[in-house]
Amino acid sequence: MSASLTLVAAMAVMYAVGVFMLLERSMTRVLLGFLLVSNATNLLILIVSGRAGVAPFFGQEGLQADPLPQAFVLTSIVITFGISAFLMALIYRSWRLASVDVVYDDSEDIEVGRRRSSMTAEREVIGDETEFGIRAAAAVSDALDLAELERLEDQASIAEQLKTEELTIARSLADHAAAEHGAAEQKDPEQDDIEQVADR
Amino acid sequence: MNILTPLVVLLPLFGAAVALTQAKHPRVQMLIAVSALSAVMVVGIVLLVAVDANGAIAVELGGWQAPFGIVLVVDRLAALLLVVSAAVLLAVLVFSVGQGLADGDRETPVSIYYPTYLILATGVFNAFVAGDLFNLYVSFEILLVASFVLITVGGTELRIRAGVVYIVVSIVSSVIFLATIAMIYGATGTVNIAQLSVRLGELPPDIQLILHVMLLVAFGIKAAVFPLSFWLPDSYPTAPAPVTAVFAGLLTKVGVYAIMRTEMIIFPGGKLNTVLLIVAALTMIVGILGAVAQSDLKRLLSFTLVSHIGYMLFGIGLGTAAGLAAATYYIVHHITVQTTLFLATGLVERQGGTTGINRLGGMLKSSPLIGVLFFIPMLSLAGIPPFSGFLGKLALFEAGAQVGSVLAWVLIGVGALVALLTLYALARAWSMTFWRQTEEIAGYESPLPAHQTMGVSTEVKKARSTPRIMMGATAAMVMLTVALTVFAAPLFELSARAGANITGPGYYISTVFPGGTE
Repeated sequence: MSASLTLVAAMAVMYAVGVFMLLERSMTRVLLGFLLVSNATNLLILIVSGRAGVAPFFGQEGLQADPLPQAFVLTSIVITFGISAFLMALIYRSWRLASVDVVYDDSEDIEVGRRRSSMTAEREVIGDETEFGIRAAAAVSDALDLAELERLEDQASIAEQLKTEELTIARSLADHAAAEHGAAEQKDPEQDDIEQVADR
Repeated sequence: MNILTPLVVLLPLFGAAVALTQAKHPRVQMLIAVSALSAVMVVGIVLLVAVDANGAIAVELGGWQAPFGIVLVVDRLAALLLVVSAAVLLAVLVFSVGQGLADGDRETPVSIYYPTYLILATGVFNAFVAGDLFNLYVSFEILLVASFVLITVGGTELRIRAGVVYIVVSIVSSVIFLATIAMIYGATGTVNIAQLSVRLGELPPDIQLILHVMLLVAFGIKAAVFPLSFWLPDSYPTAPAPVTAVFAGLLTKVGVYAIMRTEMIIFPGGKLNTVLLIVAALTMIVGILGAVAQSDLKRLLSFTLVSHIGYMLFGIGLGTAAGLAAATYYIVHHITVQTTLFLATGLVERQGGTTGINRLGGMLKSSPLIGVLFFIPMLSLAGIPPFSGFLGKLALFEAGAQVGSVLAWVLIGVGALVALLTLYALARAWSMTFWRQTEEIAGYESPLPAHQTMGVSTEVKKARSTPRIMMGATAAMVMLTVALTVFAAPLFELSARAGANITGPGYYISTVFPGGTE
């Protein structure tokens, strides 16, 4: 069996680039990586199916291309199309929700990691001078910082929400009081208090 | 019989198409889904009885002869798994009907839920009966795409994050599978499994090894085998309860089934049995250690799911008829029990408002029935006699002792230890959820990590009433797990016959090619 070297080289490059992009955090790149990798696989099917440039079914005796791999490629193209359409919808949805298309770390994993790191806090990691050691430690501490930041942000937002709720309650109380005393045009001292709360 | 075999694929597929046209009539969709799955179950039972009595069936679709056209093969193993998976799919469907009726379809938007569910069923059934590798690939894609939709249903931020991990990992495994098919086709000129088992044996051993390992990696990702299992506990817990239940029960088992076929029929001879046994031990240990560290019921169960895949690999890795029989019985046991546990967790989440065990308590008083529904499958999973988990593990250990190698004895020890650890993790979760007094919850200092705000269903919602349909579906599943114990003898004999059929490729080949391969 003879294979076209151009096709093999194209397949190798597509696999390499595709795998690299699949490892990215950005979902758009993951999608592009997926397209590259699956088309590289389609090329692989073509390469292993034998001699190129011959028609299937009709041809000289002994010179027919195998139609089955073409059916495989056709099926896999359709599947790739469907999955990439779904991925695009997912990316769009992710963008709508968070304005990012980046996959975050699993917060549960970080929590488990935090506990372990707090248990072994005495053990210094500074001595670990290999590139991998420092990088890995940096990645973990970055992730922990991120999680801490998220937690602080959440607390802030909860505090804000509580404040708003307090305000709404005060307002509704004020409205209620206004409805009760609406006919009497006098200014209610109690209502003043409530308005002060609301202002606060 | 030959006409019945394609029905197991066609019925749910047509059901999905018809259900999609009835998007505005949820009740009609529900009826279609329930009747399609019930019909498949009936067909599956008929096939099982017929196959058990008269031997396996091979159907050549469209009248194309075996190596050229698509073949569907139903042997005892496939028929048994068809029946069990149809029953489980039906029970989970009824559960989600109950949840949908009660919640106004917030968790399960019916217009796409029922058709997608049926397509998932199509993929699972097709994978069991596929007689050629490319058809197996297509059925994997069918069930994966359906599962992509189900795992991101509702499109919340949490589910999309979990879904992306699941989708990318699945895609990678599919690409590896397709590349392997391409190379196998290039090397042998066929994708028919029966023909492959003959032709692959004629290849040079190093090429055989490469193809074998690539196929195992592709299936290992789907089956969540240890070094390739990291994605599962990360992505399953966020999906709605019925979806997680059916994923946990069926999708990984389809992977295990494919590994079984690979080891016994495509690459017979057990060249990688030692590797499989080591991987099985690691899967069991790493999985259960993960489960012990979890404080969320769904995550805990996802880790036990990974861990117990190891038992099935143990049976496959032994490579003997007894090992395969035990693995077959264990697959049936695990499909039902794991699904039941996830359904019971769905009930806990509904009643208690959360699945974080640090925040649950006093549920035995408020809902004793859920306590029982969780307790029975829990004992069964941990292998307490007389439940089916005990029988499955006993059969596995017996098969291991028959082989008698050092590695087999190590695996028996690991298996026993993992069973104990399963009991520890689950019993702690159960006693905290059900037995603990409500007053103890506040101020409880847990040694386990607390939940992040991003974590799984941490907010404690007000307890909702649990519909009878959901209770009924879970109770039916519990009954099924108990039935596996009560009817263990006939079921195990059937598993033994199924295991004997696939100990070598001979039976499979003579089913597909009654007159020889060439």
